[in-house]
Amino acid sequence: MKRNRLFWGAVAPIAAILTSLFLMYIILSLRGADPFALFKLMVSYGFDPRNLVSETNLTVSYYLAGVAAAIGFKMLLFNIGIDGQYRMGAFFGAVVGAAVNLPPILHVLLIIIVAMVAAGAWASIAGYLKVRRGVSEVISNIMLNFIAAAIIAFLLSPKLLGSLPEGSQNVQTKPIPASGQMPTIKIFDGEVYSVFFLAIFVGIAYWIMLNKTVFGFNLRATGLSFRAARSSGVNAPGMIFITTCISGAIAGLVGIGTLLSDTHSYSMAFPSGFAFTGLSLAILGRNHPVGIFFAAFLWSFLERAGQVLEFEGIPPEIVIVMQGTIVLSIVIAYEVVARINLRQQQKAVGKVSSEVLSEAESK
Amino acid sequence: MSTDTKTPSSLKSRAKSLASSPTRIAILIAGVLIILSFVEKVTGSTDISSPGTSGATLRFAIPLLMAGLGGLWAERAGVINIGLEGMMIVGTWTGAWFGFKHGPLVGFIAAAVFGLLSGLFHAILTVKIGIDQAVSGLAINLIAAGGARYLSGIFFPPVGGDRTVSPPVASFPTFTLPGVSPFLEKIDGKNIFFISNVAGMLNGFTKEMSLVTLLFLFMVPLTSWILWRSKFGLRMRFSGENPMAAESLGINVYRIRYVAVSVSGMLASLGGAYLALVASSVYREGQTAGRGFIGLATVIFGNWKPGGVFAGSMLFGFTDALRVRENKSVMALILVAGIVAAFLAIYFAFKKKWKPAIYAFVVAALALLLNKTVEVIPQEFVTVFPNFATLIVLTFLAQRLTPPAAAGAPYRRGSE
Repeated sequence: MKRNRLFWGAVAPIAAILTSLFLMYIILSLRGADPFALFKLMVSYGFDPRNLVSETNLTVSYYLAGVAAAIGFKMLLFNIGIDGQYRMGAFFGAVVGAAVNLPPILHVLLIIIVAMVAAGAWASIAGYLKVRRGVSEVISNIMLNFIAAAIIAFLLSPKLLGSLPEGSQNVQTKPIPASGQMPTIKIFDGEVYSVFFLAIFVGIAYWIMLNKTVFGFNLRATGLSFRAARSSGVNAPGMIFITTCISGAIAGLVGIGTLLSDTHSYSMAFPSGFAFTGLSLAILGRNHPVGIFFAAFLWSFLERAGQVLEFEGIPPEIVIVMQGTIVLSIVIAYEVVARINLRQQQKAVGKVSSEVLSEAESK
Repeated sequence: MSTDTKTPSSLKSRAKSLASSPTRIAILIAGVLIILSFVEKVTGSTDISSPGTSGATLRFAIPLLMAGLGGLWAERAGVINIGLEGMMIVGTWTGAWFGFKHGPLVGFIAAAVFGLLSGLFHAILTVKIGIDQAVSGLAINLIAAGGARYLSGIFFPPVGGDRTVSPPVASFPTFTLPGVSPFLEKIDGKNIFFISNVAGMLNGFTKEMSLVTLLFLFMVPLTSWILWRSKFGLRMRFSGENPMAAESLGINVYRIRYVAVSVSGMLASLGGAYLALVASSVYREGQTAGRGFIGLATVIFGNWKPGGVFAGSMLFGFTDALRVRENKSVMALILVAGIVAAFLAIYFAFKKKWKPAIYAFVVAALALLLNKTVEVIPQEFVTVFPNFATLIVLTFLAQRLTPPAAAGAPYRRGSE
């Protein structure tokens, strides 16, 4: 049974990727291009060492978003607020980091903690509304994402917490001094952010927390059945609240790599869209830390490799369509597989019960 | 608009206290308008009741209204449609492309057809296959955004190297009500307290109106009629409240949901097309700017009723209009809100309902404080007012909201 599940777990993602490749094949053929030549080009461009470096950095951000989403999913929470949480984390991390002067390692630690606390606190609003007011976290988080963006846009004004460097049009926070910056590792003319190691640590911590601690057990129990967990003594509402905050705190780390190793200040140019990406990756990786990693790499690979299409006269945004199709195909695949399993179980039960019945009758 | 004649009396009285009777609403509106005129007189800001503002309000409100009605149709049948934003993008793009090629009318028809298809897509995924409604909706948003970019890059001739904007589209003919509009203008010019203000507002609604605007406004009573007066509407609401029970009475829940969600997509898409063809005359990437989500918010704000959705979208359209027009008006509006809250506080205090009285008093005090201390409200906050207002409603009035009981829950025929 376990082996069976593992098999299906691997089959579904691969089937989803093949489906979306097929769709892309059709779209590209319609455009009059040679799909296989383009795929080949994408692969060789995507595995180019220099691009691999930027893919690694993007993978780390996506991975953290994926883990944040996965923690929520374990509790049946749909954390679509990762976008706002990550913004809050990166922004307040940048502001505090620029305002203080500390010895190197302490400085970085402080920024990371501030980012996690700010993002977690922002997520706690949705957690509170869910637990105390029964507000769906999907709706509240969508609204909170917009509000977070507005608050930050407001605070970024040069009169308040932002600054406008000379000769620049882009409002940003004041730069973080050298002691608060994270080193990079130079490979292939590129620089891999050292936040990479933090991401590995988060992945391991996530796995241990979930599988080896009482807290993780309670979390999974509440996710599986709120009522059962509650009646066996778990503070289920409290668990939901804390899980939301932890998910948000992890989301606060999403922007750390870019902030501490590259830009050293927060600006509106920080990308958005991490929420749905994170959710997609958690779904694709089945909430498993290793699965999410592969999914995150696939996502960043597609995005970087897709850029080569621009030179062939194909708008690279086709990749976004492809990502959306992968997500849809995979949830469909899971749903269909679950339905087949259910039917087989029902059949098995029916068979046993009819045997029992006929035995009883013959007696 | 009581939904059910057999509700227990406590429910009935509660429904009544929500100010649902037309006369109450009329009195309320008149009261707010009087306060508004008063504030305009005091602060000297005249833009709130100017025809320009009410015209802009309507232009901003219609897309929200259509998205909101789309959300309402889907949720009343039991399916949450987070893909409204994506369906609006479908409408802006197809509307602009077909409008550019064959004129605005064809643009609207194409938007309706493609919107219907996008809604049908959501229905197949969530109803037939049964995947999570939020995942499906979000994936539709993503695919629509990416697809629109891809198609713009291929189909639209680059405008100065920019491939995110369509070529200008011929706009829809507008008309001004003969007799009425000049008459209203005359009254507006006479500066009579209250009457001139009302005339100014009405003038904005009737001047240079697009037929499409009128048609879309008509969707509100139509939806209301379908939901509460037609057989299909009864079945639709039944499917949204308790699909199991509906199925047991022989209603084909799947079919009802298919129809409702398809219509939902069509309405949202038409709202998008309105953005490209009436509110402006061009497709621009990111034109929807989260309006699909605000449409979702109006559904909550309007307590899952067509009239409520209309009121919500008008309010949000109004703040949107003020944002682009004059910031001073926003301050005046806050003063209005403060005075209204103060009246409410007195009203509740008379009724000895202390808790709401205190809430209203705090709101009034905050509004007056804000008016005294802050000079301008930052643009950013005006933009997210709808999102903020919805959160507040969800937080403090969640007990009074009556969402369809089965909205968002997965339903499979023959299983619990």
